[in-house]
Amino acid sequence: MSLRGAAAVVGVAELKPSRWTDGVTTLDLFTKVGLQAVADAGLQLSDIDGVIAHPMAGLPMLVPSTIIESMGLRCSFAETVDLGGATGAAMVWRAAAAIAAGQCQAVLCVTASRRQRPNPDRKRAGGTSGVGGKDTSAWAEFEVPFGNVGANIGYAMIANRYLHEQSATPEQLAKIAVHQRDNACMNPDAWFYGEPITVQDVLSSPMVADPLHLLEIVMPAAGGAALVVVSPELARSLNRPAAWLLGAGECTTHKTITYAPSLMDTAIRPAADRAFAQAGITRSQVGLASLYDCYTITVLVTLEEAGFCGRGEGGRFVEEHDLRWNGDFPLNTHGGQLSFSQPGLAGGMSHVTEAVRQVQQRGGDRQVKDLSFAFVNGNGGIMSEECALVLGVEP
Amino acid sequence: MSRPRPFSPSPGTRPFWEATAEGRFLFQRCGACGAAIFYPRPACTSCGGDDLRWEQASGAATVHTFSIARRPTHPKFTGDEPYVVAIVELAEGPHVTTNIVGCDPDDVHIGMAVSLVFDDVGPDGFALPLFQPA
Repeated sequence: MSLRGAAAVVGVAELKPSRWTDGVTTLDLFTKVGLQAVADAGLQLSDIDGVIAHPMAGLPMLVPSTIIESMGLRCSFAETVDLGGATGAAMVWRAAAAIAAGQCQAVLCVTASRRQRPNPDRKRAGGTSGVGGKDTSAWAEFEVPFGNVGANIGYAMIANRYLHEQSATPEQLAKIAVHQRDNACMNPDAWFYGEPITVQDVLSSPMVADPLHLLEIVMPAAGGAALVVVSPELARSLNRPAAWLLGAGECTTHKTITYAPSLMDTAIRPAADRAFAQAGITRSQVGLASLYDCYTITVLVTLEEAGFCGRGEGGRFVEEHDLRWNGDFPLNTHGGQLSFSQPGLAGGMSHVTEAVRQVQQRGGDRQVKDLSFAFVNGNGGIMSEECALVLGVEP
Repeated sequence: MSRPRPFSPSPGTRPFWEATAEGRFLFQRCGACGAAIFYPRPACTSCGGDDLRWEQASGAATVHTFSIARRPTHPKFTGDEPYVVAIVELAEGPHVTTNIVGCDPDDVHIGMAVSLVFDDVGPDGFALPLFQPA
């Protein structure tokens, strides 16, 4: 069974990223953005018979049933996905697979993240993700004592290895951030809307973890994103543009970057190869690349590993192409997370929602012209979990 | 540095940590396929075999990659920046997360030969394996 044409995304919704969500629960955000996506799809709540969500702090267990109860749904398919930044993309093909298996017809895929203002009265436990000493995981024993904590240092180590084995200039890497910022200036919902930057701005921003400058790193935010995946029959009956799932691929090999089989031969490649093979299209047919961009280096490596250029050619590829919405290689037209911000797992989902909007011809002022196919890459952890999707205007 | 410490190892990793107090770095060797494994696992990551034997590393390694943390990556490292977080490749093969100490962070480079050095044994009875220029 192939997933080609097995389902389509017909509605999306996104909460504008914010720094804090005081007085709001995670469930509030899931519910709010979920309802918006259902409405955007032109569906009634009674049409929804599947939910895919993700666990998170504040709602670590029994997530789907909590959302189903909150929204007043009745579902024949309820699921969580726990693949970090790849979660949003991974939800889409799981929804399609459940639909293709005949278990449901309309699946709400929902991500949300709240951020509470730090409470000075509460004793600091050592970071927001529970990195205290009580966890007896391998991570607590073999990573935390050495400061291999958080994503910055991990991606910085990937970048240094890349620059050792291949070559790319700081200016080439910076251009990714600059062109995505130009895209964000076409997106009023982007955090950095109205704040264009230059290559010099990127390179003169503070070094956070060599070789990553501040403006090459996403900013965490709160927010939410959701979409509705439906059966081919339902998609056609809605009589509106749909983003058809044409191919999907996934690969996971490690959690901590130290134990990746290779820093250069990544899990992105098999995931992308499978997605393109299912879709039956070539890389050159892709009109929009919506690539997970927690850092500029992530984009550079993904361009190569997803096959848009050869290994070691990423820097030159970036230099030779215009990555803006109206350029010859439109990339992350919503600004990418680098300029949209990263509202938790909704940041990864934003690459899917933007691709859907573009394929549905709802890109507004930043609509990519003559778009037939969009490629989405979701990336979790430290290049740990990879999920690739190909979306198209026709099944 | 007042590092976060692994003061409550799991049963499977306790032999590793206890050996650190004696200045020894242990990894696992699969009795079935010969694979060298780190960090300690319940079974071989190459063949799934559970005949894993402890073996002492020579302490020789090379820097596989690294970064200089200009901002603390964990609250307990506050004030210690800049410091080097690295993945080193042991002479025996496994990759290990560590810090490169005993040199200027700006002098660290990929491929650099480094050797094992333990920090002081803490009140938990364990020492952290660090690496310095060979």
